[in-house]
Order: sequence, then C-alpha cells, then structure tokens
Amino acid sequence: MSQSDERNTADLMTIDGIGRRRVLRSLAVSGASALAAPALMIKPAQAAGRPIKIGFVSPQTGPIAAFGEADTFILDGVRKALGKGIVVAGTEHPVQIIYKDSQSNPNRAAEVAAQLINNDKVDIMLASSTSDTVNPVADQCELAGVPCVTSDDPWQAYFFGRKGDPKKGFDWTYHFFWGFENIAEVFSNMWNSLPSNKSLGLLFSNDPDGIAANEQLPGVFAKMGFTVTTAGLYTATTDDFSAQIAQFKKANVEIVMGIFTPPAFATFWTQCGQQGFRPKLVTPAKAVLFPSAVAALGPRGVNLTTEVWWSPHHPFKSGLTGQTAQQFCDEYTRVTKRQWTQPLGFKHATLEVAIDVLKRAKKLEAAAIRDAIAETNYNSLVGPIQWKTGPVRNVCLTPLVGGQWRKGKSFPYDLDIVNSQSAPSIKPDSVIQPIIYT
Amino acid sequence: MNVMTILIQGTLLGGLYALFAIGLSLTFGIMRVVNIAHGDLITLAAFAALVVTDTLAISPFVALGVVVPLFFALGYLLQRGLLNRTLGDSILPPLLVTFGLSVIIQNVLLEVFGANIRRLPVGNLETASLQLPAGIAIGVFPLIVFAAALICLGALQYLLYRTRLGRAFRATSDDPETAELMGIDNRHLYALAMGIALAFTALAGVLFAIRTTFDPASGPIRLIFAFEAVIIGGLGSLWGTLLGGVVLGIAQSIGAAISLEWQILAGHIAFMIILVLKPDGLFPRTQD
Repeated sequence: MSQSDERNTADLMTIDGIGRRRVLRSLAVSGASALAAPALMIKPAQAAGRPIKIGFVSPQTGPIAAFGEADTFILDGVRKALGKGIVVAGTEHPVQIIYKDSQSNPNRAAEVAAQLINNDKVDIMLASSTSDTVNPVADQCELAGVPCVTSDDPWQAYFFGRKGDPKKGFDWTYHFFWGFENIAEVFSNMWNSLPSNKSLGLLFSNDPDGIAANEQLPGVFAKMGFTVTTAGLYTATTDDFSAQIAQFKKANVEIVMGIFTPPAFATFWTQCGQQGFRPKLVTPAKAVLFPSAVAALGPRGVNLTTEVWWSPHHPFKSGLTGQTAQQFCDEYTRVTKRQWTQPLGFKHATLEVAIDVLKRAKKLEAAAIRDAIAETNYNSLVGPIQWKTGPVRNVCLTPLVGGQWRKGKSFPYDLDIVNSQSAPSIKPDSVIQPIIYT
Repeated sequence: MNVMTILIQGTLLGGLYALFAIGLSLTFGIMRVVNIAHGDLITLAAFAALVVTDTLAISPFVALGVVVPLFFALGYLLQRGLLNRTLGDSILPPLLVTFGLSVIIQNVLLEVFGANIRRLPVGNLETASLQLPAGIAIGVFPLIVFAAALICLGALQYLLYRTRLGRAFRATSDDPETAELMGIDNRHLYALAMGIALAFTALAGVLFAIRTTFDPASGPIRLIFAFEAVIIGGLGSLWGTLLGGVVLGIAQSIGAAISLEWQILAGHIAFMIILVLKPDGLFPRTQD
C-alpha cells in the first residue's frame, strides 16, 4: 500500500468509526425504548403523577461487558418490585428506568449520559462499573445539575480522577464503593496471615485505575513492612512480561500484586510458569473478579487471591425486595444458569438506593432529590449506605474483604472469603493457603 | 535481563506477530485488499476451536484439523459471495465492508457466547519451558508458535513460487486484466487466496487462544500488530512479514527492559522510524 492509500485508510476509519457509532446508537436507543415500554403501558393509578425517569448507564458490550452481563436480570427484578410505582411526596408516580449501554467506552458513556439528560430529562442518573463508565457520566451530571448516584469504581479513581477537591467535593454526584486504602489493608491482612519473606512485586496497568494505584500503593505497602519491587505500568496490549518476571525473580519476590486486565494476567501468569517463577501468593486485583476469568486459567487458577466487594455470604439484604445476598444469587443462577458475580450486588444496590432516595425526596425536582441523596441512611444489598462519614463528602465506603479461588462444586471455581479482619461482620469461609505447584 | 534474553524473547514474540500477519499479508499481496476484520476473524477462529474442543472433547491441536479446513471454506465463500463484489478501482468499498464485518463478528460473538473470558487449555504444555545456560528459560509454547510461523511462511513460499497455482496468484497480483486474458478466473483465484489466508488465520487464532485468554472484543487489538508487522516487512513480502514481526517484538522487549511504560511505545516508534526511512518497508515486493 502506498502512503496515500494509507492516508485514505486512516481517514476512512475515522469516518467509518462515526458511522458505526451512529448505527449502534440507534440500535441502543430502540433497545432502550423497547425495555422501557412495559413501564409506559402501566395504566396510571388514581391521582397518579408524571412518570419518574431513572437513567442507568452500564457497559453491556465491549471489553468490560462482563460487568454488565447481569443487567437484564437486575432490571427485571427491580421493575417487578416497583410494580405500579412509588409514592413521592404523597403522590404515586410510575417509574421508568431508561437503560443505556456505555459500550465500555468513556466517550460513549458521556454521550448517552448527555442524551439521558437533554432528551429523556431523567430525574436521577445512575451508573456503575469502572472509571470508564462512572466518571464521564458523573461529569455530565455535575455540569448539568442532575442528581447522580454511582458505584463499582475505587473512590480515588472516581473522586481524584474527576479532579475533585476534598474540601469542596461535588454538588450533584455521589458514589459508594471502597478505595485503595481498603485494598491495601485487606491485601496486607491476607499476606500477613501466611509466613513469607515479605518481598512484594507490584505491576500495574497503564489506565486510570493502574495509574492511581501506582501512585499510592507502593508507598503504603513499604510502610506496612513489605520489601517492594515495582515493575511499573504495562500497556493493555502487552504480549510479553518476561522482563518484569526476571526482575521479580531477581528480587526473590514471594508475593505478587497487580492491577491487571484478565487477558494480560493470563499472559503474565502463563509466562511465570514458563520462566519458573513460583510466588506463594498472587493477588491480581480486577483480573480474577469473575469466575469465568479464573476458569479460563485452567488448573492454575487455584488459590489465586482477590478483593471481594460482595458475595452471597455477605450478611446483607435488599431493602427493595427483602432478598438476602444468598437468595439473590440463587435466584440469579436459577434464572440465568450462570454463577454469581460481584457486580450483581452493586448493580442492584445502585438501583435500590436511587429508589429509596426518590421515596424520601420532598419534591420531584433536582435539588430536592439531591438533598435526599445526601440524607440517605439505608441498608442495601451491599451494606449500609450513607454519605455522612465518608473520606470525602460525596463518597460512602462499603466493606471489602479478601477471597481465594478454590476448586468448585457446581461450577469450576468457587470464591471463598479467607480474610475479613477489616469487616468482621462478614464471616470467613476458609483459611488462606499458599499456591500449590506440582 | 541480559541482551540474550531480550533478543530471544523479542524474537519469539515476533513469531506470534508474524503468525497474526500472514493472512493479512497474503490478502494484500494478491488482492490489494486490507482486511479490517482480520483481528476479529482470529477471535472467531478461537471461538470455533472452543466449540470443537468442547463438543468433541479433543485437544485444541487436534481441533485444528476441523477449524483450518472450515476457515478455508469460510474464506472461499466470503470472498466469492461478498468481497469480490466490492473489488474495483477504489480501495474504499472492501475496506468498508470488512469494517462492517468486524462489527458484525464482534457483536454476534457477544450475543452467542456472552462476554465471558475463554481460553483453550493444553495442560502442562502451557507453562513448560526449556532451561538454557545462564539462567535463560524459553517457553515451549512460544517456541511452537515461532516454529508454526516459520513452517507457514515456508509452505506459502513454496505454494507461491513453486506451483502452478502460485504462478497464477502472482500473475493476478501483478496484472489482473492480463491474467484474465490468459484464461485465469480471477474471482475463483481471489476466493482461493482468501480461503488460504483464512486457513492461516485459523491457525493463528487457535495458537493465540492457547497462549492467552480471549473474549469477543479481543480482535481489534490484534489487528494493529499484524498491520505493523506487514508494513515494516514490506507489503506483500512473506519473509519480510516475519522480519517485521521480529523487529516489532525485539523493539518491544528492548522498550520493556528500559521501562515497562516504553514496551508497546517502543514497538510503535520502531514502526514509525521504518516508515520514515523506508516507506515501502524493508523488503517491498510491490512497487505501486
């Protein structure tokens, strides 16, 4: 191909990229209206008010689609629980949840958020799953003055990733999840419960989560008494980790922690085997959250450790449906034939918190709804939610514990909670074990 | 991390990139078509192999016996039924159609298989390695991938330069009109070329799916390295494609040894430098 041809290719790809987005957008819109149709068909009750609109942005397609996999199940459950509607300030209103796919793309997330704000005129906006979804949506809401509740993104990535000032905070946007300080605490608790030389190797992905972790975690772990070897930030498309593995071997690393995308971790972990690097514990945050990601590793997934933000064994109940975490997961497996995943609880909780907020709002207008968010004191499926005692004004912390993957009973792998020193109300399932090499 | 390790790991990585690039190199060399769906076809092959290994309970290597012929047929039909209709004076229609194909493949895979991450298991072979002196370890599987790239390129070289079919391919590549006057059916020939290209793509997809995990969205990332390998090596040149892959792999290894942030960037920089110094690549076969 000559140079001019290549230029044509590049131009074309841009033009075509837009075309593709346009097609998908119209598909997504028609999909969303089809989903919303049942809510519209409900006949208004006596003295019924206007429909309340909830916008919900989540990644249903694209690289992080696993986070949005349960969305249909969750929306169905919430719609059923809502029935005819909810009572706000003495009037019954039907509720319409308008769901939009972020396509795992921050630009797309911002775009659909803007549509929800300007075209659909939503009363409250929800979003969850990673900075790429949560941050652009929250930014749009902050600009437009729309109340917004988000979850499932470490709070530093949410707050500082959006250039938040801890003194001022944000006016319209609120978030619940844990932060890097919780990760550091939980991981070190896990590692300290096994004898080791405390030599720790760190490796992070070059994305907002990894960059934030790279700034904070090495120093924190060093203070906790670990000898830290930081291998740096890798690009998501990396196919080779041999340089970093050599570095870890040289430093006699026994514990590896990193922020990984699942394919990058699979490459890394396979190469560890090839290079004869055998750490006692490997805790790849983000990479082994999903049972499918662990199953993809084959037998080498046993005893990998991970952060656990939610599990069927968490002693919490949905305030909306009354289901316990265990009942909720059982129902999910019954309906979808799939194993539970951690985002399940948070997706549901985001919706139920919004509904609690709306019920308490003094009026059906933005400022009143925002004030109701700030006043929240609610027991959700993922634990108590309130924004009075968080690290910053707009953040509520939820409990985090440590888990380890074991050979499963009805699915290839089960996640056992092995350390809950940081949240004693959650009971451990078993005791942490080192990785076994044959 | 000594120089030896950098070169060995970089070369092995280059074999992977070359394997990704063979199909792309072939379709461009013969039909002047840049197949934007190439990365997604690699993923599609991985999923096809997954279905075969799951239903027949056989090793992924045995599954190649099913997936490779299947992809040959798919390639033939794809070219004959769809892509041939887009060929003409302009390079744009085939680009647009393959771009659309890329979107379709990703979304169909997502619809059928869900977003879950998959991998083709091959047991201990995944982590087996050879120990060399001076503490250098070479993974057996990366070695297999490199050998596969060499064998594929050798086989293709033989096909193109030692057989009647190869002569027809080259004739059509050089001058389609005259080739047609000599009694070559270009439509059939193009379809055969795409079939062969997809057979190699299927092999690349299966080996890729053993090497690391994949999901419906894994394809596009694979496309960029394949492109770079083809362009560094010189469009249409087979051994140039291997060299292009190796240059890319070694550049990335050197980058990684300096600082992890430089790993992928170093590959792109090597690509840029070669584009500036030799816009036609290292071994340009075609001068158009």
